[in-house]
Amino acid sequence: MSEQTTTPAPRPGATENAGDPAGSAPKANPLKQFFSGPAGRSIGLVVALILLIVIGAITAGENFMNVDNMFVILRYASVIGVVSIGMTFVITAGGIDLSVGSVLGLSSVVASLGAIQTASEGFWPLMVFVAIAVGVLAGLTNGFIIAYGKVVAFIATVAMLAAARGLAELISQRSTQVVTNNGFLDFFRGDLLGVSWVVWIFALVSLAGWFVLNRTTFGRRTVAIGGNETAARLAGVAVKRHTVYLYMIAGACAGIGATMTLARTTAGTSTHGMLYELDAIAAVVVGGTLLIGGRGTIGGTVLGVLLFATLSNVFTQNNLSSSVQLVARGVIIVVAVMLQQRFANRESTGSGG
Amino acid sequence: MIEDDHPVSLLEVRGLVKTFGSARALKGVDLQVLPGEVHCVLGQNGAGKSTLIKTLSGAHQPDEGEIVWNGEPVTIENPVAALELGIATMYQELDVVDGLSIAENIYLGHELARGGVLSRREAAKRTRDLMKRLGHPQLSPSREVGTLSPANKQIVSMARALSHDIKLMIMDEPSAVLDSEEVNNLFRVVDELTSQGIAVIYISHRLEEIERIGDRITVLKDGASVGSNLPVAQTPPRELIPLMTGTDVAHVFPQRAPIADDAPVVLEVEGLTLAGVFEDVSLTVRAGEVVGLAGLVGSGRSEILETIYGHRKPTSGTVSVGGRRLKPGSVGAAVAADMGLSPEERKSQGLLLEEPIYRNATLSTFSRFAKAGLLDEAAERRATEEQMKALELRPAEPNRITRTLSGGNQQKIMLARWLIHGTKVLVLDEPTRGVDVGARVEIYGLIRDLAAAGTAILVVSSEIEEVLGLADRALIIADGHVLAERSTADIDEHGVLDMVMKGSAA
Repeated sequence: MSEQTTTPAPRPGATENAGDPAGSAPKANPLKQFFSGPAGRSIGLVVALILLIVIGAITAGENFMNVDNMFVILRYASVIGVVSIGMTFVITAGGIDLSVGSVLGLSSVVASLGAIQTASEGFWPLMVFVAIAVGVLAGLTNGFIIAYGKVVAFIATVAMLAAARGLAELISQRSTQVVTNNGFLDFFRGDLLGVSWVVWIFALVSLAGWFVLNRTTFGRRTVAIGGNETAARLAGVAVKRHTVYLYMIAGACAGIGATMTLARTTAGTSTHGMLYELDAIAAVVVGGTLLIGGRGTIGGTVLGVLLFATLSNVFTQNNLSSSVQLVARGVIIVVAVMLQQRFANRESTGSGG
Repeated sequence: MIEDDHPVSLLEVRGLVKTFGSARALKGVDLQVLPGEVHCVLGQNGAGKSTLIKTLSGAHQPDEGEIVWNGEPVTIENPVAALELGIATMYQELDVVDGLSIAENIYLGHELARGGVLSRREAAKRTRDLMKRLGHPQLSPSREVGTLSPANKQIVSMARALSHDIKLMIMDEPSAVLDSEEVNNLFRVVDELTSQGIAVIYISHRLEEIERIGDRITVLKDGASVGSNLPVAQTPPRELIPLMTGTDVAHVFPQRAPIADDAPVVLEVEGLTLAGVFEDVSLTVRAGEVVGLAGLVGSGRSEILETIYGHRKPTSGTVSVGGRRLKPGSVGAAVAADMGLSPEERKSQGLLLEEPIYRNATLSTFSRFAKAGLLDEAAERRATEEQMKALELRPAEPNRITRTLSGGNQQKIMLARWLIHGTKVLVLDEPTRGVDVGARVEIYGLIRDLAAAGTAILVVSSEIEEVLGLADRALIIADGHVLAERSTADIDEHGVLDMVMKGSAA
């Protein structure tokens, strides 16, 4: 390959390989550096999102391109968004949680039980606490079974997927429990600075997630366990305890999602959250978090969620069937992951000089 | 050197060289295999035995040198090509599928079928014949391989090789997993093969086995054949051991400072036992002292280290640091007591390869730099840079991705991790594996410096020379038992090898 090139100039690896010990950092092409950095990896997603918005604007015109519709998309994205933030933590640490959808359903049922609603008459946030507590408890169970029972995460959370859904059916007796607590409904119908509280919650959870993952010891442990669990344990990281915390976070996010769902649908039922686990995993992986762990990006997850929400909206605006939408979704997942792998490969060979 | 009496040798290897990155795994191997002979390949760990096997079986391509098969130069592009030539390999990690039956395993990949339908009866019949040939007629073709002992799995692996029309069988330390009766059967099988004109390349480091079944020997040392095609009958073991060990410029060991008589015992291990792996290991390491565990692969040395560190939970026995007994089976307790481990497999057990250097160097201490759970990455980088300079790890760029570093520099990061942490006891498992010659000398120096500063160091190496050169005292380990404890001034490599191979203190 290289024999054909006549220009001697571009030999980026040469000085580095010559072993100039005190030498300066290998000066990589700044553009290349940017694209292989965390922001650069997300650039593809941003481009895809813009492309989708342009398509929406062309095909659906005014119906798509207006502020109200943008908020529709954001509200639609919020529940899955919050669930996906929790999922990002679990996947970054090399785990998986397939139970988040079921747990969301269970949380919505427990929080909307007659007794809980009556108890919350004077203080509606109690419903929120109950929903989150149910999620945390389910996550604690998952984490305990995985970390101390040494059951593979996939199996443990599949078991929870089944059990939580069943429990939700038992508790609700398969009926729809209407939310009658007006304080609760009024709050979530309200807005701050013209933006729905549901969207604010998504934003706040995302920001908190970003902060914890990137700026705290908790986040460092998460990435370390995902990158090399044995190395983390041998360095003294309490891997088991941390694993339990991670599934509790995923559960808590499912509980928050349940609250938002209760407000949106004004009812709790055991069928809430059906297949949300797959939507969340898709958003996380398309966002650039490695499914094998060791690298996680909250920003990427948010973009992934927005991408799928916008896609869904564009299809609905154009009166296309949801079946077509599912096919498009599948294609996007595969293309995104293939592109990611290409970037990842280029990154690792690129650093070799 | 023997001139070949036979007109055509089955296999001739000339000047084989294989390089991985900057490491030369093979640097000139010559050997010649005659039809129907048992050709033993002898060498210490890291001598290049595995690389040689993998090159002959098509898993690796040589960079230089020639492989001549039946008088014709050949390139063995992949394992299938090797099989087509007639070369079968039986690896140490047996490549049988536990969930399939014996017959299914044997014909895996070349199933007997008529028009796409499996001929199960034909396969069963041929399998029975093969089992008879291998001296195990009691093994039913339909038996599931997962239920077999390691010895019988080996038989299945051999039967699979024989189901092809092979002329050369390579066996990689086949006796390592066998007891003495099973070894006897293995030797009967080898005799059976050679009587049919099939040649065997037999890899082992057990000299007594080689004396029993070997025809000729090739000795490897540091990737080169230092003695090729030596007839077993005329080569006594005392001539072989010096060939295997030799002396090597790679091992330039630093001076040892004498240990003060009043230096306190820092690490104390008493009666440590892990059922089925090692038994009743007791040892002490004083401040400033380096103690080594010498033994072959499978002797239990790494497991002993891992149990001391809490990575495995002992069946019985205690580990104390500075007089305080540690909670058994808890790495957290060991780290809290200022013990640090540099594990055997640096890449898979020690490092986050995709992360920057500083995050590896502070993996045990990042919470210490943090305030209220908030990371202080700038402080981490500074501390790492300081250690990188102290350890002469150049260039001192804490942000560099760890994967891009050489083995020696990765080892230095492991040391930096525990230096930042501050350790009383440092446990080093294979500290120079995958480290090139120059960096080895540096690492030996660093280990000695740490000891001189008062750290108690426990080191394991598969290179006996390294243990003897580095440590003040050595415990000789075989089959999970401590055979003897010697000052390294009082014993040499021959003595250790002699003990280890005999399985008792001489």
